Amino acid sequence: MARAVSTRTRLVFTLIGWLVGFLIFFPILWTVLTSFKSEGTAIATPPQFLFFQWTAENYIEVNSRSDYLKHFMNSVVISLGSTLLGLVIAIPAAWAMAFAPTKRTKDVLLWMLSTKMLPAVGVLVPIYLLFRDAGLLDTRIGLTFVLTMANLPIIVWMLYTYFREIPGDILEAARMDGASLAKEIIYVLTPMAVPGIASTLLLNIILAWNEAFWTLNLTAAKAAPLTAFIASYSSPEGLFWAKLSAASTLAIAPILILGWFSQRQLVRGLTFGAVK
Amino acid sequence: MGEIRLEKVHKAFGSTVVIPEIDLEIADNEFVVFVGPSGCGKSTLLRLIAGLEDTTSGRIVIDGEDMTARSPATRGLSMVFQSYALYPHMSVYRNIAFPLKMAGVEKAAIDEKVRNAARILNLSDYLDRRPGQLSGGQRQRVAIGRAIVREPKAFLFDEPLSNLDAALRGSMRLEISELHHQLQTTMIYVTHDQVEAMTMADKIVVLNAGRVEQVGSPLELYRSPRNLFVASFIGSPRMNLIKGSEAEKLGAPTVGIRPEHLEMSTASGHWKGTVAVAEHLGSDTFLHVEVEGLGQLTARADGEFALRHGETVYLSPSSERLHRFDDEGSALN
Repeated sequence: MARAVSTRTRLVFTLIGWLVGFLIFFPILWTVLTSFKSEGTAIATPPQFLFFQWTAENYIEVNSRSDYLKHFMNSVVISLGSTLLGLVIAIPAAWAMAFAPTKRTKDVLLWMLSTKMLPAVGVLVPIYLLFRDAGLLDTRIGLTFVLTMANLPIIVWMLYTYFREIPGDILEAARMDGASLAKEIIYVLTPMAVPGIASTLLLNIILAWNEAFWTLNLTAAKAAPLTAFIASYSSPEGLFWAKLSAASTLAIAPILILGWFSQRQLVRGLTFGAVK
Repeated sequence: MGEIRLEKVHKAFGSTVVIPEIDLEIADNEFVVFVGPSGCGKSTLLRLIAGLEDTTSGRIVIDGEDMTARSPATRGLSMVFQSYALYPHMSVYRNIAFPLKMAGVEKAAIDEKVRNAARILNLSDYLDRRPGQLSGGQRQRVAIGRAIVREPKAFLFDEPLSNLDAALRGSMRLEISELHHQLQTTMIYVTHDQVEAMTMADKIVVLNAGRVEQVGSPLELYRSPRNLFVASFIGSPRMNLIKGSEAEKLGAPTVGIRPEHLEMSTASGHWKGTVAVAEHLGSDTFLHVEVEGLGQLTARADGEFALRHGETVYLSPSSERLHRFDDEGSALN
């Protein structure tokens, strides 16, 4: 029998739920609202919530001052490229750890995760120098590479978790049926892990899209993605909140839309295996 | 052809020895059942033959060729798994076609073989379905179909019926036996169910802790078990074992008598007991009889034998059906 919950308790919890949801969403809402204010209204005290003179001038200004499409394309190439490259490397790695584990597999997994515990700035100088000498500074290839490396541990971990849910019998059956290792991965493992691979793909595109440390430090103009586009509006000459908000809104809009349409896939992916 | 020979096959996982050392010969076209309790190494032995596990030492020879180091696919064997192990994202057709596709067989030939296998297994109407849309028995048939199309030297079955309900298990047992007659191919079948072993096998291999306890036809094992383990494992209900002074009177440290070899009477007999539980199955009646000094004995009577809990019954063993065992548990006669 379901636990009896009184209407009042339900009401209180619903209110708390909405409140928490609103608090989490508020910064994004405020950014979007500010992007439609004039610079004066943006810093007015008391802050104006909805009843102000709505204007699109910030968007016009931002678009005339910088090339949004170029940054957008850079973001697409870098985040998609680094995620796909990461998957190509991570699928065989996760296969090996899930289906042919050794005594050291757990250590390898932990070691990979531990690289995420190191503050990125700790390796900024060596990586910057390597990039400079290799001619990779301010290139899409360089950024794709560094973001692949940065997110690889997460990709491997996620795929490893999904692969462990796949019964080993099925892969053994494929082996008995004459599939080589490559064919076993292509025809049997990958199609079965599609939900897991899809959510890994989505999450990593989002992570790579939002990544700011490396994209800001290793680019100048040519390969700068949307994070650099936002940053260019927080300048030493003073903050232009409304323009900064307009730039931010433009930068996060594509990923918000992607996230909105794939939320079911994302939630399913992130809770995959929690309940059999 | 499908002649399989195991020569001193030994398997250990680290320091855990699963199979100490086994020699075994399986003739072409034979239906061999590996039977034993859980953890006796029967599945491991099957996986060694399949090539899914590597032997620690020893040789596996198939049709005169040493296959010990060869990959599973090149041994020419097909396996049916306990969990069916169907590819959930492929239709029944593609599941059955998969081994042929991997072997690079032409599309037209694949189509013919798949449809032929589907016809044999009554799957023709389900070729477009996914495994998830099939019943347990149908899934099992798809797994068998996938094994058949390769035309293997031998089929390996790893407890294929244990996920099915009792009624279906009975009919699938028949189907597999019929398939064996139809295909005339060697089959190795692993089970912990001695009824499956007795009903299907040409030859039973009884395994215990990785050792072969006895090899023989079902009736050989039933009539003359080599030791106590085989005696109590083969036969249902289990053989009654009697120890102590009563056993000495019958001429051995341990004496075994099967439930069907105990004569029952309400008037007189060798041992006097009271009925603890009477199980009426219709065709048979199994009586669990409490006998003073011996404990509980199981006896089998015909279905009309109407005795109830607490009533007195006399049991007499038929002397030519007694099994005598020494102190080590080895058969004496």
